[in-house]
Amino acid sequence: MNELIELTAAAAAQRVRAREIDPAELFEAYRARAAADDLNAFTWVAPRAPAGEYPGDAPLAGVPLAVKDLFCTEGVPSQAGSRILEGYRPPYTATVVANLQRAGAPLLGKTNQDEFAMGSSNENSAYGPVLNPWDRARVPGGSSGGSAAAVAAGLAPWAIGTDTGGSIRQPAALCGIVGLKPTYGACSRFGMIAFASSLDQAGPLTRDVTDAALLLAHMVGRDRRDSTSLEFPEAIRVPRAEDLSGIRLGVPEELTGAGGGVEPGVRESFEATLARAEGLGASVEPCRLPHAPHALSAYYLIAPAEASANLARFDGVRYGLREDGEAGLVSMYSQTRSHGFGAEVKRRIMLGTYALSSGYYDAYYGTAQKVRTKIAEDFRTAFERFDFIVTPTSPWTAFALGAKTDDPLAMYLNDFCTVPMPLAGIPAISIPSGLSDGLPVGFQLAGPAFSENRLLDAAHALERAIGFDGSPARRSGESAARG
Amino acid sequence: MLDRAQVLHVARLARLELTEVELERMAAELSHVLEHIEKIRELDLDDVPPTSHVVDVVNVLRHDDPEPSLRRETALRPAPEPVDAGGFGVPSPAAA
Repeated sequence: MNELIELTAAAAAQRVRAREIDPAELFEAYRARAAADDLNAFTWVAPRAPAGEYPGDAPLAGVPLAVKDLFCTEGVPSQAGSRILEGYRPPYTATVVANLQRAGAPLLGKTNQDEFAMGSSNENSAYGPVLNPWDRARVPGGSSGGSAAAVAAGLAPWAIGTDTGGSIRQPAALCGIVGLKPTYGACSRFGMIAFASSLDQAGPLTRDVTDAALLLAHMVGRDRRDSTSLEFPEAIRVPRAEDLSGIRLGVPEELTGAGGGVEPGVRESFEATLARAEGLGASVEPCRLPHAPHALSAYYLIAPAEASANLARFDGVRYGLREDGEAGLVSMYSQTRSHGFGAEVKRRIMLGTYALSSGYYDAYYGTAQKVRTKIAEDFRTAFERFDFIVTPTSPWTAFALGAKTDDPLAMYLNDFCTVPMPLAGIPAISIPSGLSDGLPVGFQLAGPAFSENRLLDAAHALERAIGFDGSPARRSGESAARG
Repeated sequence: MLDRAQVLHVARLARLELTEVELERMAAELSHVLEHIEKIRELDLDDVPPTSHVVDVVNVLRHDDPEPSLRRETALRPAPEPVDAGGFGVPSPAAA
């Protein structure tokens, strides 16, 4: 394998700065692999390296970046996995992408995703499913499945995605990489095609924890174009911790017990990781999140409700698809939306519209918002006794393509361990904890709002102890590149 | 449980036209999902305030400084039916 591809992004950046690697050569090595992608991870790949000076002295040193399709990128297709935005080239760039470009990470390509980020398997993309590089008959997870598969297969050194109910952490887990969902408000949402505005957050998908910290450091910050964004209270540091002495880990019964349907192989890896954490000096004790079992229900009311409002903008007037409305304006709206949206998006729009409709608002949306308050309270109480809450990221490893497409509810259950955190606005990270039957398992740590530095430190210490080897997936990407 | 009439009503609100097959499936799938979701209505939440925003921020305002915005031609470029005078063309609401 090309030795450039084996470097982590942080290591590649360091070598560029030391003038040991030509950033143009680095870009082209990844560009060639991304262009030969046979996982369907990319929906667009840069035709050439960006013109002009290479930002060799910039913090991110010209290490190319894969970007989930729903981030608007000026002049570059941004279709959010939807037919309704086919060919859409936005007139502006999302703040997070612009921040990363300014820090020296040029755009390598746009990655495939579930349509409007609605899905846990990437099978809801209008541009076809993404394949998991560990086993091409299986899903990469979703909705940031293209970003996760691209990083795992070494088609990109690192990537960004978005997480609403687990859309960064779950695909990271299923593809054997690191995924971080930051505190709500840490990263600007300006230019992210919206799914559920009170939950959506951008975050990194990377080969290791150090890369995640480096990328996140240049994503966070207040943006005057997003009034919900906040100044991060401290600089994001490169994690150095090698042990977990004094760290108290809480294991919530509600998410890790029988109710979550955790597979035996996932449970085994989870318990082995807890033992490792204890070996590194952490204490591990059961804790309670009494309302966590209801998080999924609250999530599947709040997110569709917000989506039904956000997706009202796709009406065939300002951008994207337009179908003929032979019967006038309203008919044009309905025809455009009916042909442009896929089945899952229609399902969620319907669910959300119903939950907000007259006579049902209090019973559904209002109740869900109260459950959200209780979930946030549960976390606050737990964090009085514990530094982090830990769970398996996904109850299952990567499942076969098509295995769950006929049962929306079964698909939703995949998010059981990842939805409580965005409802509470808190950060969480997934790191690979090992393999179960040859497929990666993810270990999730969640901390209080703005605890990213401590979270990254703990994840770093665990990552070192676990010593996960992601190279099999990159070799799979290599065979793809050779065609 | 959602019946056919309710599904049609919601689809109209959402500006979606469903085929007969979609209508049948939607009624069954939404009912199945709602059945699971209904459980939260058993919780005692009488005195619980709803969460509207997870981070404690209030009244975020910015200075009202005039600045250039997107040029009209730029904003119209992705439009399906840009109109020469500088607007988005749509079919007549009165048609049909």
